[in-house]
This record gives sequence, structure tokens and C-alpha cells, in this order.
Amino acid sequence: MKAIELVGITKTFGSIHANQDVNLDVEKGEILSLLGENGSGKTTLMNMLAGIYFPDAGHIFVDGQEVVIKSPIDAFKYKIGMVHQHFKLVDLFTAADNIILGEKMPPFSIKEQTQEYKIQAANEISALSAELDEKERKKAIGKINNKRNLKTCALPFIKFGKIVAFNHLSRNRAKKIQAIADQYGFEIDLKKKVYELSVSEKQTVEIIKVLYRGADYLILDEPTAVLTPQEIQKLFAVMRKMRENGKSIIIITHKLNEVMEISDRVAVLRKGKFIGVVNTKDTSEKELTEMMVGAKVDLDIHRDLPVNPQPRLVVNNLTVLNKEGHKAIDDVSFVVNGGEILGIAGISGNGQKELLEGIAGLQHVVGGDVIFYNPKENKPVTFFHNDLRQIKQKAANGMFHYPDGSPVDLKGKSAKEITKLVNDEQILYYENEVIDLNKKTPREIQELGIKLSFVPEDRLNMGLVGNMSIVDNMMLRSYRKGKSIFVNRKRPKALADKIIEDLGVVTPSDMTPVRRLSGGNVQKVLVGREISSSPKVLMSAYPVRGLDVNSSYLIYNLLNEQKARNTAVVFVGEDLDVLLALSDRILVLCGGKVSAIVDARKVTKEQIGLLMTKLPDEIERYDYESAKESLETHEPEQTASEEPALDLAEKEDKTND
Amino acid sequence: MFVALITQAIRFSAVFLYGSTGETIIEKSGHLNLGIPGIMCFGAVGGCLGANMAYNAGMSNFMTILIAIIFAMLFGGAMGLLYGWFTITLRCNQNVTGLTITTFGAGVFGFWVTLMGEQGVRFYRASRAFTAPMFGEVGSDWFSTMFLSHGTLVYVAIIIAVIAAIVLKKTRTGLSLTAVGENPAAADAAGIKVIKYKYVSCVLGAAISGIGGAFYLLDCTRGSLEPGVIEGMGWLAVALVIFSLWRPGIGIFGSFIFGLLYIAPNYINGVDFATKEILKIIPYAVTVVVLIVISLFNKRETQPPAALGLSYFREDR
Repeated sequence: MKAIELVGITKTFGSIHANQDVNLDVEKGEILSLLGENGSGKTTLMNMLAGIYFPDAGHIFVDGQEVVIKSPIDAFKYKIGMVHQHFKLVDLFTAADNIILGEKMPPFSIKEQTQEYKIQAANEISALSAELDEKERKKAIGKINNKRNLKTCALPFIKFGKIVAFNHLSRNRAKKIQAIADQYGFEIDLKKKVYELSVSEKQTVEIIKVLYRGADYLILDEPTAVLTPQEIQKLFAVMRKMRENGKSIIIITHKLNEVMEISDRVAVLRKGKFIGVVNTKDTSEKELTEMMVGAKVDLDIHRDLPVNPQPRLVVNNLTVLNKEGHKAIDDVSFVVNGGEILGIAGISGNGQKELLEGIAGLQHVVGGDVIFYNPKENKPVTFFHNDLRQIKQKAANGMFHYPDGSPVDLKGKSAKEITKLVNDEQILYYENEVIDLNKKTPREIQELGIKLSFVPEDRLNMGLVGNMSIVDNMMLRSYRKGKSIFVNRKRPKALADKIIEDLGVVTPSDMTPVRRLSGGNVQKVLVGREISSSPKVLMSAYPVRGLDVNSSYLIYNLLNEQKARNTAVVFVGEDLDVLLALSDRILVLCGGKVSAIVDARKVTKEQIGLLMTKLPDEIERYDYESAKESLETHEPEQTASEEPALDLAEKEDKTND
Repeated sequence: MFVALITQAIRFSAVFLYGSTGETIIEKSGHLNLGIPGIMCFGAVGGCLGANMAYNAGMSNFMTILIAIIFAMLFGGAMGLLYGWFTITLRCNQNVTGLTITTFGAGVFGFWVTLMGEQGVRFYRASRAFTAPMFGEVGSDWFSTMFLSHGTLVYVAIIIAVIAAIVLKKTRTGLSLTAVGENPAAADAAGIKVIKYKYVSCVLGAAISGIGGAFYLLDCTRGSLEPGVIEGMGWLAVALVIFSLWRPGIGIFGSFIFGLLYIAPNYINGVDFATKEILKIIPYAVTVVVLIVISLFNKRETQPPAALGLSYFREDR
């Protein structure tokens, strides 16, 4: 029997199709895995069952009846309960309070009760023995009626009492919750406040909450993402127990081994569309990966061979902690060469953000080195990066030299003379050679003259200021250079106009607040600003997220242009087709560790898909053939990336000489 | 003189208590209503109109008070509804909306006072229903004077605060309201009607605050109209919410301290007028100290509602 059936569900957010004509069904007493890459619309689909979102089109059937789920209250009514990935718990409350939160009082209707008493009285009257004479009979009926009236009169008070008793937060309520916890073998201290609980305990509270509210159909959104292996086994034991009790469970997950272990059937979504459903015992991880990532699509993105790749950024054993103090990036080493695009693949939340932000100096780096390497080069000093005072100071420190190699001494020279020297490009300097970026703030990195550009994932919060105009946003990177107390918009305005023209930003004017532009144009402004400083390293996180096809291609072209300029480009992407078509090498992250670094020209989509979900040693354990292949491609790559590192060491020696 | 000081302090504390209880109820739902001073002004207008009407109709003291309260609550509640519509349905900035209501309320109040002054309307007679001691004539010993000689609304303020404290702490309604203010998404997912809770608390809180304004005009000043004072007291009520750590129970004692600090300068002899005005800033200074202390301890229970000032929309991504 079908417990829940979804037919033709469609949901759009603006122009983005989160779900498109999805059909899905769950049987009673089974565990269904919902599998898909990030952004494939799994959570959105489930949120529509839980009443958080309302579908644009489609039908939902529960137990064969068509239902409309407008709010979480409706979802509870149909016995659907969802454990969200980001727990919906009130930190300040105890576990018990969170579980009873929002519970409705058991129905108690005075009208129905009165009716019941009436029937009861009528039954009693008809049950009177026929032997009674008229007088006794009347007396007995009167007695019964009196009793009924008295009981009816008491009803409002009983109802009031019940409301008060229900509303009163007595300590006894914990008993019922404890019973549920014991039934499934949860260990939890209900009196603890939620902010004192660990992540797995919080999840336990969420599950008990859903069970307490009487849910028969449970949705678990990536429950294993935050758990340790032991905790996962515990959770699976509980899930099996629930299945025995006839409950249906939908579990959203990326991890293939868990899918194989726990589920009865697997449904796969890709880019908001329903791909298919298979029985777990009839399928293999390979087949599931293929369903998840889909057939390779030829995107026709232009890709040149890297010209003269030289190591530009060397990352050694980098370890970064996230906000909660867990290792988001664990012992990661890789090299980015100038003139190539290094793609970073991985299911989102596996450390991409922390990796880039760790390099850019925005995250708490606890170990490892980030070494920036720049080819030795004589460059003329300009007033663009230095003012007069800085030039004097740097000259005094012996950083500059004349074209013939003799050191520059600016002592006693007038401003006019120095300006002339600079304008005639008579003062040269060596660019910094090897700089350890570790534990430097973004401002220090900028002041060191390292042109490190970062296009963050969150455009309007980290990259640009939504309420400021395009011109003012250009100034965000250069406002410290000014000497006057007033803002000079001349140069930013010229830059903004150039970007608008070059990249074809559709905007009413250069003074329009960035917030009012469409996503693609916002991204063009951001990328335009970041590449305007002709960076040596360009890091971009999901630069085409939410962009239409044309804007995406424009961004790809910009990245390719930078590659041709011998910039080291780091490209974090979620679309494997794009990663495979655009990158030269691909680094696959899994759980904050490097799963592999592979040649994008040789690797297949399935291999990457597999590497995204498991580390190579785990793959070996599963003895999977194609994974071995990708490991083989991985190893020569590693040696290849080590060579330049040696090269670098040699150069260091030379400079020391 | 000490007895007189305490008596007056308790009397004035009721104004703060009404305002802060109302504001606490609103803030518990996650809405920072800075319009409380304006709402209290509106309540004062409504209360005076109601009391005057009832007095002119020759009603008893009890009915006069009842009708005045109902009018004050209607006027205050209407402003609360307006605030709610702006901040809940339209999701405007709460601070801006609140300040607008304060400016609006104070302006309307000033206009009304001028109008009444020109027409020669006095509320002194109507106010006698309010100043009349609730427990009738009591003895002249210090206890009776201090605690039993007040008008009805002083005790009503304490009763409302106690009920609010019990409801917030001990019932599911309070639990749900707190959840809405702490984490509306969690409350929504648990099946609580978030929008309904927000509206009810905004209107109810504003209505209770409105009584405070009416009480000040009809009891504390015995019906004489002075613009500007209620607004100042409204700000103190908002400060009192912080002082009381969002607990109406503590608010009862806090309001007494605020009343004492507010009234004490008038009872200090030998200082000039300017010094007295300076002394009146003490409540604000105390609030700042309390804020610093609760930040230092950084205990989760003493922090403001986590979602205070944030709009909620279910389908936000």
C-alpha cells in the first residue's frame, strides 16, 4: 500500500526550477533513500511534504487520499514529520519543552459530550426493569435526568480544567516522552537545555519530537552528515526499529554506502527532475552514481592547454577549523599553477568554503602553510599602489633599484624629482618572491602587494554591498588609497563604466544599487572588479550559481582569459559537466580531505561522482574497479604537482645565493 | 516624608509596570516595539475620553474605571495593530516603524492637550474615580498608607504583571510565545501559528501599555494635562524591559526601583532644579549598568529573545 504519493510536483523560486514534475511514492513500512547531488531539489521536495513550502503544481496523496499541505500543522495532521538538516529547535528550552512545543490539546467538545450523556441517559431509562410501577418509574427517570443535567452543567468546568491542566507545564509530561525514548532506545536527558546538547543529542530530540507528535511518515534530511560512524550505526538501528513498527521513512543522503546499507528502495533526483527509483538489492553503487550525475553533457566550453604552468600557490598540510571548532579542512595539500584552472569538486559543505577562505585569510587556520610564489620580475614602481611617502619609505628600506641595478636613494630629493623618476619608470623593484600567507589577514595580504582575488560564494553579503552603487562597490577594494578626507569617485567610476561596457552588465546606470541588478549582472560586477586588479591568483566559489546560460558562458570566458594571462585560477563548481569541460585538473574534496587530484581531460564523471562520496581508501575497501582507475590517474598527478614544488625550493635557494 | 516617598514611588511605578509588561509581551514574540511611548500617549487620550464620557453619564467609579481602561486599551491596541501590520505583514524595519509611532503618538497627544486646553476641558473630576483608594478608607499607619491607599489601577498593574509572568513561565501559551520570539522557524515547524501569536502579542502588549498612559494622566497627575512627560516615561518603560531581563515578575520590583528613582529627586531638599533633572537620568544609567552586567555574565537565559527585531517569512531560503 502506498503511504505517500507525490504526483507532478513543481516548485520554482523566481526563475530557478527547484523541482520539476516530480513523481515519488513511499510504501508503508519501508525506508526510501532520496539521492541526488547538491541543488537537485531533495530538500525542497521534502519541505513541501512538511508544509514549509507550498508546491506550485502537483498533487500529494496520503494513504490514497489527496491532501493539501499548507502549513506544518497540516503535515502533523497527516502524520508527516520532518527532521530538518538545520535543526529547528529553540536553544533556550529544555529538550522536553522542545518536544511538547506546539502540541495541540486532545479534542474535547461540550456539544458531543452532551449528546453522549443524552444517549447514555436514554439507554439507562430503557434499561429500567418493567416491573416497576408508574410512581417508582417516574422517580427513577427523574433521578437519571437529574444526574444527566448535573453532569452536563459540569462540562464547561471540566473543559476549563482540562485546558488549564493541558496548558500547565507540569513536570509529569516528561513521562510520556521518556516512554517513547525508551521504546526506541534513545538515551537522552530531557531536562537539559538544548544549547548544552551535542549535535547527535539534538538530532535525537528532533526525532523524538516527530515521534511524540504521532508521525507515521518520517523524513530525515541528511541525518548522518553531522554524526560519527558509531552514532550513525545507532541511528540506523533506530530506523530499522521504526520500520518494524510500520513507519515509513524517507532519508535524504549523499552517501552511497549508507544508501546501500539502510534503504529498501532508492529514488534519484537530478537538477530538480525525478530520474528514477530502484530497489536497493537490485542496484549497485556504480549504477546509482550514474543515475545521480547523469550522462556526460558536452558543453562546448573552450579550453586551451596550459601554457608554461608554474606553481603559483602551494598549499601544504592545511588544516582549517570551522565555526563549531571541527576540522572543516583536514591536512590538505595541493599546488595551483599559473596558467591553469584548478577545479574543485565535492558535495557542498565538504570544506570548499573553508578552503578558499582559509587561503584568503578569512578563516581560522590551525596548521599548514599557504605559500604564494611569484616569478622574479623587474617592475616599474607606480603611484597606483604606492603614495609618495610609501615610495620614500620603501626606497629607504632598499626595496627599489634603478634599471642599471644600483640601489635607489631618494634622500634629499624633492617630490617633483621623485614623481618624474616614477613617471619615467626609472625606479624598479623586484616583486616579492615567496610569501607565506598563513595567518595573514586579508588586508596584510593586500598590503604585501599580492594580487589575490576572491569571488566568494555569497555575492551580496561577502562580495558586494547590495545597497551601494556599482561605482561605490568598486571603491571597496581601493578606498584606503585615497589621501583626501573626501571620496574621489573618478577612478572607480571609470572602472565601473569599463566593466559595464566590457562585460555587458545590464543596468540603468553605474549609480544603481547592486541589489537591484539580476543575479548574473551582480556576478559580472563582482568578477569584473576582482579581475580588474589583474590578479595572480583568482579564486572563485560557485561563480555561475543561479546564472542563466549566457551569463555562465561569459564567466567561463573570463576565467579562460585569466588563465591565458598566466593567472592561477581556482574554480569551485557544483556542476560536474562544467568542471570537466573547463578545468585542467580537478581536486576532489570529501569530508574536508583531498579525495584525489585528477586530470580533467581523462577522468570520467562517474569517477568524480564516486570520489566525491568516498575517500580513495574507502573505495579500495569496496573494491571498485573504476575507482582504482581514477586512483591510478591520481598518482602520477601527485608526482607532477610535487615537481614544481621542488622547482620552487630550488629557486628559493637561488635567491638565497 | 519617607512614607510619602515610598507611597508616591509605588504609585508612579505602575506607569512603568504597565508599559514594561506590555513591551515584554511584544518583545517575547520577537518584535522590538519602540513605539511604546507613542502608544502610551494614545492610551492616555483614549483613557481620558472614556473616563470623561463615563463621568458625564454619571456612572459609578467602577464603571468609569472600566470604560476608561477599555478605551485606553482600544486606542493602544489600535496602534499595536498598526505596528503589527507594518512589521509582521509588510515586514518593515521594526525600529523605524516603532519610532514613527512614538513620534506620531506624542504629536497627536500634544495636539489633543492643546485642543482640550483651549476648550477648557478638565479631567480632574473624572480622575477622582481613579485616585479613590481601592480598599476604601484605611488606617493612617505606615503600612496602610504605603501599600493600601492607592487607586485601583495600581493593583491592576501588579495583577496583570503577575498573570503575564505566570503565563510566560508556566503555560504552553507562554512556551509557544517564547519559541516564536526565540526561533520562529522552529516554532512554525512545530505547528505554532507564528503570525497569529505575533499579532496577538503586539496588540495585547500595546493595549496593556495604553492603560499605563491613561493611568498616568488620570491618577498620577489627577487629570491635569502636561505634554511630553508620558513620552519620557514610555522610554523608561522600554528601558525597564531590559532591566527586568524580559521577565514581568522582576519587572514588578524593577518598576518600583524606577518609580523610586524617578520620584526621589522631588523629595530631596536643598538642591536646585537642574540637579533634580540630572538625578532623573539615574534609571537610564542603571539600565546601562544592567546591560553591561548581563553581557558580562553572558548567560543564555538573560539574553534578549534571539529573533528580536527580525522579520519572519516561512518560504525564505
